[in-house]
Amino acid sequence: MTIQLKDIRYTYPDTPGKLILNINNWKVAAGEQVFVHGPSGGGKSTLLNLLSGMLQADTGEVSVMGQRLDKISSRQRDRFRADHIGYIFQQFNLIPYLDAIDNIKLAHQFAKENTSSSLEDEIKSLLSSFYIDPADWQKPVAKLSIGQQQRIAIARAMVNKPELLIADEPTSSLDQNNRDNFMKELMAMVSEHNTTLLFVSHDMSLAKHFNRIDALADINIAGAVN
Amino acid sequence: MFFRLAFKSLLNRKGSVLLTILAMSVSIFVLLGVEHIRTQTKESFNSTVSGVDLIVGARTGSLNLLLYSVFRIGSPTNNIDWETYQAITTNSKVAWAIPISLGDSHKGYRVMGTSTDYFKYFSYGNKRQLDFAEGKPFSDLLDVVLGSEVARKLGYSLGDKIVLAHGLGKTSFSLHDDRPFKITGILATTGTPVDQTVHISLQGIEAIHIDWQQGVRMPGSNITTDQLESVTLQPKTITAFMLGLNSRMATFRVQRDINNYRQEPLSAILPGVALSELWQMMGILENTLRLISGLILIAALLGLSAMMLSSIREREHEIHLLRVIGAPPTYLFLLIEMEAILISLFSLIIALSGLSLSLLLSGDFLVSSFGLQMSFTLFSGNHLLFMLLVIGATIIAAALPSFFAYKNAKLSR
Repeated sequence: MTIQLKDIRYTYPDTPGKLILNINNWKVAAGEQVFVHGPSGGGKSTLLNLLSGMLQADTGEVSVMGQRLDKISSRQRDRFRADHIGYIFQQFNLIPYLDAIDNIKLAHQFAKENTSSSLEDEIKSLLSSFYIDPADWQKPVAKLSIGQQQRIAIARAMVNKPELLIADEPTSSLDQNNRDNFMKELMAMVSEHNTTLLFVSHDMSLAKHFNRIDALADINIAGAVN
Repeated sequence: MFFRLAFKSLLNRKGSVLLTILAMSVSIFVLLGVEHIRTQTKESFNSTVSGVDLIVGARTGSLNLLLYSVFRIGSPTNNIDWETYQAITTNSKVAWAIPISLGDSHKGYRVMGTSTDYFKYFSYGNKRQLDFAEGKPFSDLLDVVLGSEVARKLGYSLGDKIVLAHGLGKTSFSLHDDRPFKITGILATTGTPVDQTVHISLQGIEAIHIDWQQGVRMPGSNITTDQLESVTLQPKTITAFMLGLNSRMATFRVQRDINNYRQEPLSAILPGVALSELWQMMGILENTLRLISGLILIAALLGLSAMMLSSIREREHEIHLLRVIGAPPTYLFLLIEMEAILISLFSLIIALSGLSLSLLLSGDFLVSSFGLQMSFTLFSGNHLLFMLLVIGATIIAAALPSFFAYKNAKLSR
């Protein structure tokens, strides 16, 4: 199992009376491509932060790749995230003043094996596979188009060959054409590496790309109540 | 990658960063400048005279006597009778004596009448004796020996003739142009006021003033140089004299005897003690200058801290992204500290370059106005310590914004 959540309860410290997540049992098997949809305020981001180890549940078990995230220290969770989890957001996926190569190198820096001598070559090959023109590799990413930035974001998320890739509404700032290209390249990449994909969006037209579709309201009882 | 990220992050905010660097540079410039001038002044003053046991002049304060006799700063209150000089120097405890007669100048450089013992016994720095770069001491009545700076600045060489002026002004209308002096020697550079001095014999001083009264030449006087050679030119007074004693043990005894000399009110001072008094007096000024420059640095560091703090607020997405890719909160803390250190290092480089350039440009002014020879070497142990202190203070000033970045990173979600 790549993801296993059991009896999860989560409330924000500043609103202790309001339950944000209440998940009894939810699992994702290795290699699954899961589309999670739900309305804003349903606890999507909180769920993803819990899975990446950025947040800790008040109670319950969070297990990712067999590792109990609720049992390890904050420093260990940071390291675990760098080694095993890739993350793509809707925007702000990259450090705007760094170029594409440096952005990807930076993501590699925090992973376990960060002394690869062929890293530069790997990054270049990764960027080529996402159709990023070599002329753009050394430009600050802020000067590239949103479509290019999102493709570099996939490359950045995949550089450490993560077992789990979390995508949080990554297509919502893209136009139709860029969105289709993005999805095509993303799905090809996760299939090639047999990466488990957890894709969260409210855009149901994307559901066709996935082999499993979950409604957030079914996973999170608290969200359904709210 | 860590260093690269910090550097590029600063480049990305070049406007505010540049202003902060400028503010820091100015404050470090002031701090290091004050420290450099302070240490160099001390070194320069301390190395000006060595091996002299006592300096004797007309009754005055010890600092005044030291300043006009050794550093050519200020003016004497009175002269000493030649008989007094002779009486004191015949004392069995006195090994040697150097008479000093001041009051004339050449193009702003002071003329000092003395004896050839000056070239034999006067020493500076670590008991280094005067050397001749060219020529030899004066032997004839109208011979002159130039300090290295005088010769270099005015482009003089051996055999040239120069005219002395009455008084100390840079531009004088009372010239001793009837008796030009011939350059017979040029001294090697000493880095002391000797370099800015024109040396002639005491008899030379008498010769140029023989037909002068009250600062003007007497009308109708026409004594020729040949006639002067046949006259015994005995000085009537001198400004001061330096004494070397046979035994250091006798210093206080001789000093007391001179201070109690009945025939004429005199002051005898120990150069080292007078210098200590000078530093003691200067201490308050030094500390005030240090305090002011320290406060300027603190103000600049607070500016740096404020700039970094506001940048943290603008960089929440960046901090969140770094956290998501696995950066621990301590990485964010160190990143902000590194950015502050880089600002501090750039400021140090600019301040040091500016200071070197300023010293280079103001070197002549400092020498001619204050007799201070400044070294351009800014990498002494003291300065390195100051630079480390600046970096240390930067780390402390950046601790607050770094802590905010750390806290933001911890709460990032």
